[in-house]
Amino acid sequence: MSCWETIADYGLRSIGIGERVLPREGYTLCQQFTLIGSGMIWNIYFGVLALCSGFLLATAVALGKASKNPVLQKASAWFIFLFRGSPLFIQFFFAYFVFLSLKPVSPIFDPFTSAWLGALIVLFLNTAAYSGEIFYGALQSVPRGDMEAADAYGMSGWSRFKRVTWPTMLRLAWPAYTNEAIFLFHATTLVYFSGFPAWQQRGDALYYASFFADKTFNPFIPYPILAFYFILLTLCVIGLFGLINRRLNRHLPQESRTKMKLKLNIIR
Amino acid sequence: MKSILLGTAALAITATVAFAGSHSVVRMGTEGAYPPYNFINDAGEVDGFERELGDELCARAELTCEWVTNEWDSIIPNLVSGNYDTIIAGMSITDERDEVIDFTQNYTQPDPSSYLALDGAEVDFDGGVIAAQANTIQAAFIASSGATLVEFATPDETIAAVRNGEADAVLADDAYLRPIAEENADLALLDKQELIGGGVGMGVRESDSELKDKFNAAIQSMKDDGTLNALLAKWEIGPGF
Amino acid sequence: MFSFCVDPASLDSMAWMACYLTTGKHMAIYTSLFTVLLLLAITAPTALVFGFLGASSARSDFAPLSWVGKAYIAIVRGVPDIAFFLFFVIALDQFFEWIRHEIKCPDWEADIWQGNDFVVCDIAKLPLGNSPQWMHETYGFLLAVLTFAIVFGAFAANVLYGAMRAVPHNQLETAESYGMTRSQVFWRILVPQMWVFALPGLSNLWMVLIKATPLLFLLGVEDIVYWARELGGAKTARFTDYPHGDWRMWYFLALLVFYLLFTRISEIALDKLMIRLTHGQATLGGEAQRKTA
Repeated sequence: MSCWETIADYGLRSIGIGERVLPREGYTLCQQFTLIGSGMIWNIYFGVLALCSGFLLATAVALGKASKNPVLQKASAWFIFLFRGSPLFIQFFFAYFVFLSLKPVSPIFDPFTSAWLGALIVLFLNTAAYSGEIFYGALQSVPRGDMEAADAYGMSGWSRFKRVTWPTMLRLAWPAYTNEAIFLFHATTLVYFSGFPAWQQRGDALYYASFFADKTFNPFIPYPILAFYFILLTLCVIGLFGLINRRLNRHLPQESRTKMKLKLNIIR
Repeated sequence: MKSILLGTAALAITATVAFAGSHSVVRMGTEGAYPPYNFINDAGEVDGFERELGDELCARAELTCEWVTNEWDSIIPNLVSGNYDTIIAGMSITDERDEVIDFTQNYTQPDPSSYLALDGAEVDFDGGVIAAQANTIQAAFIASSGATLVEFATPDETIAAVRNGEADAVLADDAYLRPIAEENADLALLDKQELIGGGVGMGVRESDSELKDKFNAAIQSMKDDGTLNALLAKWEIGPGF
Repeated sequence: MFSFCVDPASLDSMAWMACYLTTGKHMAIYTSLFTVLLLLAITAPTALVFGFLGASSARSDFAPLSWVGKAYIAIVRGVPDIAFFLFFVIALDQFFEWIRHEIKCPDWEADIWQGNDFVVCDIAKLPLGNSPQWMHETYGFLLAVLTFAIVFGAFAANVLYGAMRAVPHNQLETAESYGMTRSQVFWRILVPQMWVFALPGLSNLWMVLIKATPLLFLLGVEDIVYWARELGGAKTARFTDYPHGDWRMWYFLALLVFYLLFTRISEIALDKLMIRLTHGQATLGGEAQRKTA
């Protein structure tokens, strides 16, 4: 069986397309690369969706924590504390438990016990709390001068927020937010590892990596393959966020813009 | 290096027998989460059928033994890496495992796997949802049957899944499920059983044939004088020899 | 534990609870709590050392050293910690034993890899095969510390690398113009000043480190989450004197409280530290402190 056939059979196995039975012999490098790569679909799915949806909530939570309304302020602060203060591992456990007990209430809740929705919600709330804290910190350090300038131009309310506060906040928060995005993608490996059950052997990259580690009794091949995929993914995230960073900073003078530039040192 | 003290099998023979080389202390690796084979008792020590068996085997082979626990998932990699010397953890002898490690002769008859479901439930074996612990022979069995497999990290979670309706039934070793069915009125074993896997044996490194021979001889002597059957009956693990 | 615990089935609920919570198995979870705290206490400074080495080599003028530092930061940061934990401890253990083997048994003729088995000579084993159990445990614990330190050292290196570049450049130039050597500038000007820039990042890292401890059981250290799962699972009367249903929820609730409290205490302590570090620094915070004083 050639490697192309393996890819055709198992390339989309993690979402239920292709061969139903996982490989039972050989456990070749090709099989391992294909299946673990197939599992990456789920890591990317969880990461991208949680990041995008979490971004909106994070902005809201940051504004809430900075607001003068005591109810909003307390609620946001507690939300951030609860999700930043506890391990994701435990959040998954409780979420699964709560979703299970909601199930008898109404069939609407049926999909919540599946990872694709239930785990996504947990990751969404988790990243919203972490990013919310980062955005809050950035919001606090928006230079006074910028706000005064906005006032001088007669901007207020929504237009001041949209055109001055928000872009400045993002610009300041971006390096830390990049880190958070990397952490979030890494956290997606916990979904099937300790949180939600895997149905019909459709799991994420770590699920397949541990499948092979179990079958071959050799952890030194599947886990480095997993690491390889994640380094690629992290490089993509860093690259993409770097592009956005450039766009956010494009109005700044040249020398303060190129902060992230890599210097190649030659031996002196 | 996955090993934590749970209790030492202090044996009275150490003073009289001097061992040359590596096996002055034999480290016995187990999981500690699979009653009646092995579990952690209230005192926090390894207990169960395999604890009693292992201590008796060590006494007969005149070895000093020490018990350590290890996660199931990495129990074989840690053995071949030399972090302990034997696996005695309810491990069925399979061809796949036999390629990587050596087994002693089996000390239980092949244990059938049973299905546990809610009392009175009708289970559809071809289209239903069957739970199993991830990376077990039962999980592999269901994956290749018609049923929908749902995998959990621990055996506890598979039972919970049947209770809360996530799965129609759970497939696991009969000896593990039987006490649970007996003590819980809402759960019952189904009549259908599956014969997967061979008997349970002790795993040792392939390069460690000296140790394997000692334990083989000890198991044989327990089979011959009937003490193994008595132990099997005491812990209600399958038929005797 | 208590004398009345002989027959738990006959006890009323309060006494039963008292006995239940003091079984040997529960003592193990209380001990594991200290193990986790001890591990954090040792790992944090070790990771900081790794981070410092990584950051200083990354900004080195000697290109190969700088590449090593940057590669360390990039690779380890790029990989989920869980993937590391699943194979790294065995790899480290074998690496150490292999080194000892090469030193102590130069005359050894058989292969180290015999099929799947990793076999080194007896005196190279770590710890020695006949050493007492507590040595095995300590060794396992130290391997876990080292693994944690390597992983989190890469993140710390990234933070410190950023902090070193955040120190105002004219300060370094001023020092050089005073005739300080490169290493003097590094140790006397750069290092003392970088901490205030590094602290926000490092405190965030500390929070992440606390929350990574549930993965300790992958490294062979039986931590609180391992015991919570073990104790909380349903128990049948055949194998325990204290049968109960699925109580994992309560154990996890206790863990949740523990982690929240620990986070809160850390936050307060780090805030205090930040105030002290800001003192006398050429930053907005330092300026504000100077004015109020």
